[in-house]
Amino acid sequence: MALRAVSGEDLAAAVNQEFPGAVVDFDEVSAWVRPTRINAVAGFLKDSPDHDFQFLNSVSAVDYVEYFDLVYHLTSLKQQSSAVFKARIFGRDNLRAPSVYSVWRGADFQEREIWDLMGIHFEGHPNMKRIMLWEGFEGHPLRKDFL
Amino acid sequence: MTIRTEPMTVNVGPQHPSTHGVFRVRITFDGEDIVEVEPVFGYLHRGTEKLAEERNYVQVVTLTDRLDYTSSMINNQAYCLAVEKLLGVEPPPRAKYLRTLTAELQRIASHLIAVGFFVQELGAFGTPLMYGFRSRERILELFEMLCGARITVSYMRPGGVFADAPRDFWPALNRFLDDFAEEFVEMEQLLLENEILMVRTRGVSPIPPEIAINNSVSGPVLRASGVNWDWRKQEPYDAYDQVEFDVPIGSNWDNYDRFWVRFQEVHQSIRIIKQCIAQIEPGPVRLDLPLVLRPEAGREAYGRVEASKGELAFYLVSDGGISPYRCKIRSPSLINLTVIEHLLVGWKLADMIVSLGSIDINMGEVDR
Amino acid sequence: MSCQLASDSILYANGIYRVVYEIVGVVLPCWVAYAIAGLVFAFILVNAVLLGAAAITWGERRLLGRFQNRVGPNRWGPFGLFQPIADLVKLLTKEDLRPDGSDRVVFSLVPVLMVAPLILMTAVLPFAKNTALASLNVGVLYILAVSSITSVAIFMAGWSSNNRYAMFGAARAVAVLISYEIPVVLSLLGVVMVAASMSLGTIVEAQALPFFLVQPLAFFVFMAGMSAELNRSPFDVAEAESEIIAGYHTEYSGVRFALIQAAEFGGVGVVAAITATLFLGGWSGPWSEYLGWLWFLIKTGIIVFLFIWFRATYPRLRIDQIMAFSWKFLLPLAMVNLIAVTLEVFLLRGDDGVLTVTDLAIMGVVNLAVTVIAIAVFGNLIKERVSFRTRQPQNVVVPGVSTIEVI
Repeated sequence: MALRAVSGEDLAAAVNQEFPGAVVDFDEVSAWVRPTRINAVAGFLKDSPDHDFQFLNSVSAVDYVEYFDLVYHLTSLKQQSSAVFKARIFGRDNLRAPSVYSVWRGADFQEREIWDLMGIHFEGHPNMKRIMLWEGFEGHPLRKDFL
Repeated sequence: MTIRTEPMTVNVGPQHPSTHGVFRVRITFDGEDIVEVEPVFGYLHRGTEKLAEERNYVQVVTLTDRLDYTSSMINNQAYCLAVEKLLGVEPPPRAKYLRTLTAELQRIASHLIAVGFFVQELGAFGTPLMYGFRSRERILELFEMLCGARITVSYMRPGGVFADAPRDFWPALNRFLDDFAEEFVEMEQLLLENEILMVRTRGVSPIPPEIAINNSVSGPVLRASGVNWDWRKQEPYDAYDQVEFDVPIGSNWDNYDRFWVRFQEVHQSIRIIKQCIAQIEPGPVRLDLPLVLRPEAGREAYGRVEASKGELAFYLVSDGGISPYRCKIRSPSLINLTVIEHLLVGWKLADMIVSLGSIDINMGEVDR
Repeated sequence: MSCQLASDSILYANGIYRVVYEIVGVVLPCWVAYAIAGLVFAFILVNAVLLGAAAITWGERRLLGRFQNRVGPNRWGPFGLFQPIADLVKLLTKEDLRPDGSDRVVFSLVPVLMVAPLILMTAVLPFAKNTALASLNVGVLYILAVSSITSVAIFMAGWSSNNRYAMFGAARAVAVLISYEIPVVLSLLGVVMVAASMSLGTIVEAQALPFFLVQPLAFFVFMAGMSAELNRSPFDVAEAESEIIAGYHTEYSGVRFALIQAAEFGGVGVVAAITATLFLGGWSGPWSEYLGWLWFLIKTGIIVFLFIWFRATYPRLRIDQIMAFSWKFLLPLAMVNLIAVTLEVFLLRGDDGVLTVTDLAIMGVVNLAVTVIAIAVFGNLIKERVSFRTRQPQNVVVPGVSTIEVI
């Protein structure tokens, strides 16, 4: 009774139907959404009964030097399914992304950690400050250019 | 007449006897009641994720030991599963059973510490803790037979385990299981229906299932909140699809249930271990993989296990090099702490310590 | 020239005191002899308390070790007997820290104020026949009065330390001490009533049947109350180490900490001695009356062991539960005991006002029944107040996975 992994294609189709143009790209496991639409897509995936992704497993950020990928791993406890959606943010400085704190409380510490270590500021997060390092630390250590 | 009182802010930790390491909570009290909570982390931050990017795939195993140092075997397992997913390989069956077995032994050890410290925080001076440590010591000795180390085991490798169990291991394991059955019953008799323990923990700090799910709480805490969700059942890895076990769930969602669920899980772990001993067959224990692994560029894997604290996952991204391009650790202790505000606000100082103990955090994993 | 004590003096009954007084009085003036004899006895008492405290620290650590499947201190001396000395040397050589912003005078006064009442309390304890320093005719009252000084000392410690944990501990300690004083006093009233005296010596002699058999309820209330007054488990909220570090003595170090610890463990010894005197028949025992000290020590040891056993077994109650336990459970029990004993004494006492052993035995049987009934009734009453919130088990997820649920 393994978990059913929702493919990127299905996810992209479903999201595109609700928010046309929100999906940028997809592959077999995940779909990329526009960074500005993260919050809307997250709310849709959580609340729509077809998806019901109530459980946010993890929020990760990956530094690809030209851009950052935000990766959201989701699980639906009722549907027994899992999905991954991503958002690609270009640039190095002053990065911003909408927070999913209001959708999943579980994103709280992980978003703070991403801000701390990767330097992506989440807007709408009520307590956006460094978590592992102290206030006033220069730079974001998990970036590829931090030595 | 009302007496004017002033709220008082206290920094509980990082040097406090019962914050499980160097955890700090800034708490505002009104008398003994908690009004505001703010957790502060980072005192044990070692940058494991960054270090992992500097080491090759096999070397990272040693880093995982140091995450949750009370359940290093399970950390090894999570990481190795992620690497195997990345490579698209599967370990031989004997290795799967050995992994399952050691992971369950580790779960017992970790839960013994969890319940021991839980009752220690209730004020039982050392006795239950020492009862737990007595059995845990035996488990660590078994690990020593397997790999020469007690805490930082590094027993598992991508593609299997480090080495097959020595011949003495199996009789020692059986002796342990026999003794442990007795020792554990003793501990249960002492604790499970202890009147003071019940009065202190029943109905205290309940986490309703909706809140638990929304806060991404996992592991025994989630199950104590009445959610029947165990990754060993939902997404069986290693040999968990070959063994039978039940998932204990709580019905009151309170501190007592979190405590009780851990006790029951130890029983289930013993069941799993016994089935593993019965089912394990001779054979190779490690795949013949190259010393330096180079997964295909652009691949990513999310390998997760049901660790003793909750869902432990490694999200690995490969760029075709010899070390992970990104190694994100989804640590259950940190994410379970999200619920801390709901858990503590409105309860008393004495309950706060117990509630913190009931979610069983480990600072090595919280700060990473 | 020799000095003689007046036979109505409270010191007259004390054999040791009288002997020293008379021997010294042969060569020195009587007032010097009076002082020297007093000092000699005081020296014995101070050492008894402090060495007793040392012995109890050792005993507690060894016994806790046994309870907890470990060894306990066993390196220094035979069976680790010299461990307290090693500890003391360590503590004496530590730096004596005083936190910034603390109240210097009050802070320094606390260790003395903690130890002094204990030594004062021993002044009226009969260690054997005719061996109390002063057989006060209001001994019980004196003990209750002197023991209350500790609560002031604890609050001073918490207040002057300028530490919030210390303040928590002090506030809790005062609340607990004041609440538990009342049931303790009421439970002692029963004892005083049966013995028809407040003098500890007379109370011991009145125990043809030990009072813990005659008044089990009073014994229970007294032990519970004393556990609380000593800040021992399960009522050790004042220094709950897992919650508020060390409570009121968080900021104490070095020799001051040593004195506070001495007061804590000495307190256990002294309270055990008082309990042995009031409820276990003190120095009275079979064989020779010169073996009184041995019976006294054995009985004290049993009570000390009980306290250590409690500590190794029970988790701690929360502060509100402790208060509820005192006011809603112990206080009614003490009242029930008081009423029962009053009626029994009124009915059983002969015309000469003396209770015979048969009377005491009858009282014991009746009181045992009263104890069982009262504890059952009030236990059930208090249980309802701490009712559990129980909900139906709720499976959020799929059927098909077998589960076991909390019953």
